[in-house]
Amino acid sequence: MTMENLERMLTEHPFFEGLNKRCLQMLVECASNVRFDAGEVIFREGEEAGLFYLIRHGRVSVETFAPNRGPVIIQTLGEGDLLGWSWLIEPYRWRFEARAVELTRAIALDGTCLRGKCAEDHELGYELMKRIAYVIENRLQATRLQLLNVYDGIRS
Amino acid sequence: MVADLSDPMVPSPFCLQKVRKETYDTFTLELEPANGADGFPFAAGQFNMLYAFGIGEAPLSISGDPAKPQTLVHTVRAVGAVTQAICRLKRGDVLGVRGPFGNHWPMEEAVGSDVVIVAGGIGLAPLRPALYYLLSNREKYGRIAVIYGARTLEDLLYKPELEQWRSQFDLDVDVTVDTAPASYRGNVGVVTTLIPRARFDPFHAVALVCGPEVMMRFTVRELESRGVDPENIFISLERNMRCGIGFCGHCQFGSAFICKDGPVFCYAEIQPFFAKREI
Ligand SMILES: Cc1cc2nc3c(=O)[nH]c(=O)nc-3n(C[C@H](O)[C@H](O)[C@H](O)COP(=O)(O)OP(=O)(O)OC[C@H]3O[C@@H](n4cnc5c(N)ncnc54)[C@H](O)[C@@H]3O)c2cc1C
Ligand code: FES
Repeated sequence: MTMENLERMLTEHPFFEGLNKRCLQMLVECASNVRFDAGEVIFREGEEAGLFYLIRHGRVSVETFAPNRGPVIIQTLGEGDLLGWSWLIEPYRWRFEARAVELTRAIALDGTCLRGKCAEDHELGYELMKRIAYVIENRLQATRLQLLNVYDGIRS
Repeated sequence: MVADLSDPMVPSPFCLQKVRKETYDTFTLELEPANGADGFPFAAGQFNMLYAFGIGEAPLSISGDPAKPQTLVHTVRAVGAVTQAICRLKRGDVLGVRGPFGNHWPMEEAVGSDVVIVAGGIGLAPLRPALYYLLSNREKYGRIAVIYGARTLEDLLYKPELEQWRSQFDLDVDVTVDTAPASYRGNVGVVTTLIPRARFDPFHAVALVCGPEVMMRFTVRELESRGVDPENIFISLERNMRCGIGFCGHCQFGSAFICKDGPVFCYAEIQPFFAKREI
């Protein structure tokens, strides 16, 4: 995979939409192209969170273990989604397990490498934080709706 | 002879022909006029008042195919006295029907556009006739996307039909549940999370939305942020009803009566009231 190809993939991913070339070039140095077969575990709860992923094709289930219910899926992510932000937040450990539901292609970004670059280059750091905050906000909204049990609906 | 529904306040007797259990508390009933008359025509999105003799009446959307009016189909979730009584009925039992009432989904206005159907929980029932209509008139519409969310796999309605729709190449059907066991290969997450990924052109799409109000509020927000014009978003509302024909004022919503001016409303027209509590 050439640097040009990786840079193109990053540019095309919605997560980095509108990011300037200088920042993209810094990101390319921390990026690699990865694929997971259906059923393959991408990371496990409690493991060190070194990488995060931008999904290009396929679907990934985010799972946890619920007492009395066994393993449950709490969310499915797909094309255009970001998988994982534990690499950014201490103690840098995954809180959930992620598994490819079908053949999945993604860009992996090295969190340790990125943390270093963000500390040095605050424009890159701000751009990344802004984008990740947006993802976290969306996931928080979705979780709130799940908690509300929106389908039950008591009529006014 | 067509079933006599000429006096909108007098229920006509309909006989229960078939009952299908959809979920632990929801049943689909097939009814025919008890006197051997023909069924009555209806449009997708309309509702009837169903009368469980001796108990009371409830407004229930017609969930069958508008092209097959002979059989009247309703999908009923047992939540209180009337709906529980209706769900307890057996084959051959009779109930009273008044209707069809209310307006309908804008199927004509949507001709030439993409159509996105967003349903939550029991909200798929009033939208199923719209989908039947779209499929019978497939060539008149662009892409059709169906997005359907329920709490769990056990809460999904019309499972055999959902499977069939999912296998059709001229229809995109995305189903999502709030949680599922790890063996599940489908989608998990609230219904709104599917909207950004659904395949339709937001600038040339008509959205039909039905579900509990909180779900519709968030769905509308998501559709708008994808670029769908509020003029092209239609939602079906529910309120307590009594007469069903605009007399009693029970179902007032702002300056409208849901039974007569609705239940389907263009979002642009009700936007000022929709987010307000107590209306
Ligand atoms: C236009 C229209 C179309 C409708 N279409 C359908 C349909 O196709 N299928 C269907 O099952 N229902 C539908 N409903 C809702 C249905 O009319 C009510 O569930 C019914 O009137 C409840 O009457 P009940 O006597 O059984 O319960 P009630 O005694 O009135 O209520 C019992 C309990 O259930 C709660 N409750 C009432 N309504 C609902 C509700 N909708 N969802 C969850 N909890 C509720 C009440 O707050 C109360 O706690 C529709 C309503 C309208 C206005
Ligand atoms: S139910 Fe009587 S006015 Fe609507």
